[in-house]
Amino acid sequence: MLPLFLSSGLFLGWSLGANDAANVFGAAVGSRMVRFRTAAIVSSVCVIAGAVYSGSGTADTLGKLGEVNALAGAFMVAFSAAITVYLLVKARCLVSTSQAIVGAVVGWNFFSGSSTDPAVLSKIMLTWVACPALAALFSILLYKFIAGMIRAAQLHIFTLDGMTRWGLILAGAFGSYALGANNMANVMGVFIPVAELQPLQVFPGLVLSETQQLFFLGGLAVSLGIFTYSRKTMMLVGGGIVKLSPVASFVVVMANSLVLFILSSQSLSNASVSLGLPPIPLVPVSSSQATIGAIVGIGLLKGGRGIRWRSLANIAFGWILTPVMAATICFICLFFLQNVFQQKTFHPVAYELTPSAWDKLSEQDDVTLETLAKLDDMWLERYPNASEFRDALTYRLGKRPKLINTIMFYARRDSVRISPKVISQLGSDHFSDEELDVLYELSGQVFVHSWKLKDALGELSPLWRYSATDHAHNKMLDDKFSFLDSQLRVHTSKSF
Amino acid sequence: MSHSVLRKQIGLKKRIDEFLDQVSEASLLFKQGVGFYIDEKHEQFEEKLSQIATVEHHGDEMRRAIERQLYLKTLIPESRGDVLQLLEQLDTLLDCCKEVLWQFQIELPEVPYKSHDDMQELVSYSVESVEAIVRSARAFFHSSEVTDYLHKVSYWESESDKVTTRMLMDIYRRDDLSLCHKSQLKDLVRQVAQIADRAEDVADRLTIYVIKRML
Repeated sequence: MLPLFLSSGLFLGWSLGANDAANVFGAAVGSRMVRFRTAAIVSSVCVIAGAVYSGSGTADTLGKLGEVNALAGAFMVAFSAAITVYLLVKARCLVSTSQAIVGAVVGWNFFSGSSTDPAVLSKIMLTWVACPALAALFSILLYKFIAGMIRAAQLHIFTLDGMTRWGLILAGAFGSYALGANNMANVMGVFIPVAELQPLQVFPGLVLSETQQLFFLGGLAVSLGIFTYSRKTMMLVGGGIVKLSPVASFVVVMANSLVLFILSSQSLSNASVSLGLPPIPLVPVSSSQATIGAIVGIGLLKGGRGIRWRSLANIAFGWILTPVMAATICFICLFFLQNVFQQKTFHPVAYELTPSAWDKLSEQDDVTLETLAKLDDMWLERYPNASEFRDALTYRLGKRPKLINTIMFYARRDSVRISPKVISQLGSDHFSDEELDVLYELSGQVFVHSWKLKDALGELSPLWRYSATDHAHNKMLDDKFSFLDSQLRVHTSKSF
Repeated sequence: MSHSVLRKQIGLKKRIDEFLDQVSEASLLFKQGVGFYIDEKHEQFEEKLSQIATVEHHGDEMRRAIERQLYLKTLIPESRGDVLQLLEQLDTLLDCCKEVLWQFQIELPEVPYKSHDDMQELVSYSVESVEAIVRSARAFFHSSEVTDYLHKVSYWESESDKVTTRMLMDIYRRDDLSLCHKSQLKDLVRQVAQIADRAEDVADRLTIYVIKRML
C-alpha cells in the first residue's frame, strides 16, 4: 500500500520541481546565461542532497504542528495540498507548497481531533511573513556589496560575464540545496511517522535513515518535475515577468537561497543558541515569496519606482487563502476517505491525567498546587483526543499555552511495550550494544506514557539521559526516542 | 561548459581589442593620408590609401567574426545587442575614414593654399574625436569610467564644427574660386567633419549602453 499512498507526496514533489526550481535557475536559464540541461542536472542533484542531509529540521517543525499517524491520512494531507497548489496555479495565484501543507495538516488536526499547537502555528505564520522581508534585506545588502566589488574591480565585460555565469550556477546549486533542505518536509514530511521503512545501507559507512529514504524519493520526484516541466516556468521567470540584469539575478537567487538555508539549518540554529540568542525557527517557507521579496529589495534600492505592489498583495493573500483552502479540502476529502472508502485516516490518541502523570506534574516548577486543584475533577478521566483535552484544560486554566502544552505532554496516552522480540529486531544501526542492553533490562514492561520510558531508561543509564549542556547529544537522543517510540508502538499493536 | 566559455571569452577580448586598434589605426592613416595629399606627396598618399583599404577589410572581417561568436556562444546575452550595435557603428566610422580618403583620390580636389592649415586642423580634430571614442569603447568593455572620454568626443566634435564653419565662410567669401570649386570644397569639408559627427553619434549611443549596464 505504501507506494500507492506515497504517490500524492510524489505528485506534490513533482509540482515543487516544476514550479519552484524556476526560482533558483529561472533567471539564468531564461536569460540564456546557463543552458537548461546544465541547470536541470545541477538543480536535481543539489535538491536531493539538500533533502537527504538537511531536510529534517523543517520536518520536525511540521511534525510538531500535527503528527499525522495513519498512512491514508498522510496520503490525503499531501493530496489535498497538491490539489490546492494545482488549483491556485491554474487560477494564477502565487502559491506555496509550504502554506498548502501546513493548511492540510491543520485540516487533518481538525478532522482527527488532534490539537493544533497555537505556538507552533503562530511561529510558522510569523516566519512566512518574515521570509520575504528577510529576503529583501539580504538582497539589498548583497547587491550593495557585490556592486561595490564589481565597480572597484573594473572587470572586463566578458570576464564579468564569465564570473556571473559561474556565480549563477553556484548560486543555483546552493539555492537548490536550500530548496531541498527547506521544502522537502512539505513533500514527504507527513509520511515520516507512518512509512515504516527500515534503515538502508547504501554502501559501508553510508546508512540512509527512514526519513532520508523518504526524502530521497521526494528528491527524485522533484528532479522529475524539474526535467519534465520546469523549462517553461524558467523561461517565463527569466524572460517575462521580471527583467533583471544577470548580476541582479545572482543577488536575487543568493538572497532567496540564504533565507531558505537559514530557515532550515539545524547547525545554524544550534550555533545561535550557543551564542545565547534565540533558536532560529526551522520552518518550511515559500521560495517564490522569498524571490519576490528579494526582487522588491533591489527595486527599493533603485528608488522603488519599478515595483509592482500588486505582487506583494498577492503574497499576503496567499498567506491566508492557501492554508484555509488546503485545510478545507483536506477535511472534506478525509471525511470521504474514511466514510466512503473505509480507510483509517488517523489513530486516535487519548489523554488522561493518570496517577503517574499527576505525580510528574506536581514535580514541575510551573505547575502549582493551585493549578492542580483546578484540574482535580479531570483526575483519571480519559479524553478521546487532544482537541477535547485541550478545550477542557483551557476552560479550567484559561489561555496559558505553555502550561497547557506541559500538561498535555505528560497526559498523552501513547503506550509502549518493551517487547524483547522487537528489541532484537532493532539492530545496531540506531543503537549501540550498551544502549540495547539497557533496553533489555526493561523488557516485558508496559509504559502508558512514552515519557515514562524516557525516565526509566534515563534512571538506568547515563547513555539514555538528557544532558544539560550537550545539545547534539540531546538531539540524537530525541531521534532515538522517536524511532524507538514508532517501533515499539507499531510492533505492540501488531503483536497484541 | 564554463571552462570553454572562459577560453572563448579570452579570444573574444583579444579580437575586440584588435578591432578597436584597427579603428584607431584607420583614423591615423586618414590623418597622414590627407597630410600627404595636401603636401602633394602622391606616392605616400597612395600608400596610405592602400593601407587604409586593408585595415578596413580586416576591420570588417573581425567585426563579423566577433558578431558570429557572440551569437553562437550566447555570450553576454543581456548586452549582446548593444555591443553589436557599438561595433557596427565603430565600423561605419572606419569606413567613413576610408571613403573620405578615397574621395580625395577620386575627385582630386584642389585645396587652396590658404585653407591648408584649416584642413589639417579639421582632420586632426576629427581624428581626435575618433581616438576619444575608441578610448571610450575600451573603457566600456573594461567597465571603467567612460564619462571622461565621452566628454572629449563631444569637445572635439564641437571644435571641428567651429573649424568647418570658419572654413566654409572663408571659401565662400573668396572671389578667386568658381562656385563649382567652392561646392566641391564644401562637400569635402563636410565629409571630413562628418567623421567627428559620427563619433559623437556613437558616443551618444554608448552613454545609453553605459546607463543600461550601470549597477
